Amino acid sequence: MQVIQTDVLLIGGGLAGLRAAIAARRRGHDTIVLSLVPAKRSHSAAAQGGMQASLANSNKGMGDNEDIHFADTVRGSDWGADQDVVRMFVNTAPKAVRELAAWGVPWNRVERGDREVIINGEKVTITEKDEAHGLITARNFGGTRHWRTCYVSDGTGHSMLYNVNDRAIAENIPVHERMEAMALIHDGERCYGAIVRNLISGELLAYVARATCIATGGFGRIYRVSTNAIINEGMGAAIALETGVATLGNMEAVQFHPTAIFPAGILVTEGCRGDGGLLLDGEQKRFMPDYEPEKKELASRDVVSRRMEEHIAAGHAAKSRFGDHLWLDIRLLGKKHIDTKLREVKDICQYFLGVDPVSQLIPVRPAQHYSMGGIRTNYRGESQQLKGLFAAGEAACWDMHGFNRLGGNSVAETVVAGMLVGEFIADFCDKPENEITISTALIRDCWQKESAHLQGLCIGGGENPFGLIREMQNTMTELVGIFRHGDRLQQAVDKLQLLLQRSNNLHVASQARGANPELVAAYRVPRMLKLALCVAYGALQRTESRGAHFREDYPQRNDQLWLKRTLARWPDADAILPSLDYEELSVMNMELPPGWRGYGAKDFINHPDAPRREQEIEQLRQSMAGASRFELQNMLMPYEQLMPERYRRRNARLGENERGEIEIRETGSGEKQ
Amino acid sequence: MNNIPVREERTLRFHILRHNPQDSESVPHQQVFEIQEADSMTLFIALNEIRENLDSSLQFDFVCRAGICGSCAMIINGKPGLACRTLTRDLPEDIFLAPLPVFELISDLSVNTGKWMRAISERLETWVHNRQEEVDLQQLEAPMEQSLAYSIYELERCIECGCCIAACGTAQMRDQFVGAVGLNKIARFRLDPRDEREDTDFYELIGDESGVFGCLTLLGCEDVCPKELPLAAQLAYMRRKMASV
Ligand SMILES: Cc1cc2nc3c(=O)[nH]c(=O)nc-3n(C[C@H](O)[C@H](O)[C@H](O)COP(=O)(O)OP(=O)(O)OC[C@H]3O[C@@H](n4cnc5c(N)ncnc54)[C@H](O)[C@@H]3O)c2cc1C
Repeated sequence: MQVIQTDVLLIGGGLAGLRAAIAARRRGHDTIVLSLVPAKRSHSAAAQGGMQASLANSNKGMGDNEDIHFADTVRGSDWGADQDVVRMFVNTAPKAVRELAAWGVPWNRVERGDREVIINGEKVTITEKDEAHGLITARNFGGTRHWRTCYVSDGTGHSMLYNVNDRAIAENIPVHERMEAMALIHDGERCYGAIVRNLISGELLAYVARATCIATGGFGRIYRVSTNAIINEGMGAAIALETGVATLGNMEAVQFHPTAIFPAGILVTEGCRGDGGLLLDGEQKRFMPDYEPEKKELASRDVVSRRMEEHIAAGHAAKSRFGDHLWLDIRLLGKKHIDTKLREVKDICQYFLGVDPVSQLIPVRPAQHYSMGGIRTNYRGESQQLKGLFAAGEAACWDMHGFNRLGGNSVAETVVAGMLVGEFIADFCDKPENEITISTALIRDCWQKESAHLQGLCIGGGENPFGLIREMQNTMTELVGIFRHGDRLQQAVDKLQLLLQRSNNLHVASQARGANPELVAAYRVPRMLKLALCVAYGALQRTESRGAHFREDYPQRNDQLWLKRTLARWPDADAILPSLDYEELSVMNMELPPGWRGYGAKDFINHPDAPRREQEIEQLRQSMAGASRFELQNMLMPYEQLMPERYRRRNARLGENERGEIEIRETGSGEKQ
Repeated sequence: MNNIPVREERTLRFHILRHNPQDSESVPHQQVFEIQEADSMTLFIALNEIRENLDSSLQFDFVCRAGICGSCAMIINGKPGLACRTLTRDLPEDIFLAPLPVFELISDLSVNTGKWMRAISERLETWVHNRQEEVDLQQLEAPMEQSLAYSIYELERCIECGCCIAACGTAQMRDQFVGAVGLNKIARFRLDPRDEREDTDFYELIGDESGVFGCLTLLGCEDVCPKELPLAAQLAYMRRKMASV
């Protein structure tokens, strides 16, 4: 058994993992990154549309700031988010964009003067300020009050990941590629690293670390129709769950993206609608304004996806031989815009649909897209049960997205979490009391358990692992999708339990040396099934609708009973259900108490504390008349003390004074019809 | 997708070059698999079907399956390309698949492009070199012209799939050659004002036969680049610049 030692072990080489590694390395800790695939092929590379940060450089971003980004994010989350974490995030996002700019990301820039854009289906001329010329620009995205999404055409994630990865190479951080973490080494209280399988040789190794951070991305592939990469199978979350002590938060909160191409499920970015694209039905009629007069195509994703499915169910779909779908129309954006700002979209349409979006409609239908749930951590990214275990990025439930994340907030989260959690990991490693003494027996035990398990699979029974995966994926897509109902969720849970039992009896036919793809599928199946059960069972228990979790039998958001986070654990390895606990969210500590989101359903069951907290806030506001927005915020919900020292400072913004107010006032709105 | 004509179902014959270096008894050989073609089938769908139903040991790499990540480059009927976005309807009934040459073979159609690319990045130092170590993140970012940002992005769109290397005459003969992917990266950083390196610095990195003077201008690279990067123009430009150092 080969044992590799390091200070910090980063499981995952996407944006979150690499950025956290850079933070830890810069603070003088030896750091190793593991990745299933070459790090630059991580799913972060597929992010197209952009990254939210309230720079407010462009005309349509004017007046934007951290406060508005905060409110948009909390509303987007349907009040499920941890507001402290959201505050930490919105204050760091501008710094993250600026750091990436310095590292080489070629963000699109503001060009002074007039330019034509499409807003609500119409051509509008906007005028960019002289003093903003050359600064980072932003596009419109769903659920945001200002244009806030910084972008690199529609290859944002690619540019971000390449530059962050190259920065990690510059700082000499080893990335052990084609390595899969199979189990965490722990004693029920502290995590000491991971047992890892080499996906070239098939060899099993042990990595021992003072701090272990899981940044393995989402678990979209438990669904059949998903925009996610095929490696997004949630193995990081699963091995945390399999410790029996660490918890997963809000696993039922699964996002469906409105515009996946039909039927392949490949994403075309929200930027299509942000830049002015429209959704059309089978009669090529625009329908979103009828459902959502406020935000139309640009309500939050959960709302738009539901409205689309509702419209299809009402018989307005376009028909094709693959089934029902709707249309995305970006023809009105024009060839030049599509050729420069949406070229990946154009490629995807051309290669996978044979469609030229400059002149033709794009067939779309909502598909699984993002996992709001994940390894539950505190604001430092630390597991609340296992000391020395951290999580960041999509794999974590930190929890800044609650029950729905806004477009552009995820790649922003990955880098911000990398920056912040990376510092907290370094703090943790700096402390002498966090040195580890670990018995070789513990390492050997963990290693042997994993090794015996793999050998057992090769002897095996009669079930085909690929077949079980398919059955699971179908169950999730058919029964745990956008519209959920108690009966169907119960069916899903029953079915998944059966599949989990059947997965004890797998047959691996191939004895191929090396990674052995069939063996890989076999050891992942039960882990994926456990995640799927956390999602389905959590959804069954949550008898309300919140964000992306929508129950036909409980259509209202119920803050009185359900303003809480689901925590799933798997204490008994042989059990076929997780055990669920709930963590209350405290309304009295919220900067923004629950209310209407500004789009979507208007009726919800209020929390008894909400009016009290609102009154309290109102009084505070009045008593602080004349205070700056920073002072006011600090009275409502102080969070600066939570931040790493180096990222506490305020963000400079064009035309904003010390008090955070805009001084230069434009004459008129800068917008001519 | 509605525009794609339905065609009569064909039986496809996949001739796949197989070899597993992890297995001391393995010898390279071609294996033939037959499957029924389906509507808008890609090589991603076809290869998974073969693995799930015909031979579970078959190895290949896919990640994004959307033509974005560069994992699945292979030789498809003699030409390097991305398997995930290759539709079978564009191919004859006999489809020949082989792993990319030059790169270390992992097994069957899977090669270690990641290792090769990391080595190139280390060797060519493909990151912004700036003497000012830490920028003040509180301040406004330094301005840049949109046209310049866009030109940098055009070169940065490379997905390190390895097709250009597989199609390159020089790379097959000279294992130190950095290829179009490497030279394009230098062109990208040379264009970037945030990188303070001078042409003399770049000359140190690529001013020899393993760099820009090794290119025989056969231009196989540009023909096969799935991102349609302007490789030929960049190579010519870099050669002129380096020749005048
Ligand atoms: C098509 C698409 C487009 C998107 N566009 C946007 C957008 O425009 N804006 C936005 O904000 N968000 C977008 N998102 C979401 C965003 O891209 C992701 O949430 C984010 O990139 C996740 O980053 P990450 O670092 O957490 O994980 P990933 O980038 O998924 O990286 C996970 C890493 O973990 C590794 N790994 C996994 N399991 C293991 C294991 N067991 N052992 C070792 N390593 C392991 C993988 O190899 C990989 O390196 C998009 C998502 C999709 C699917």
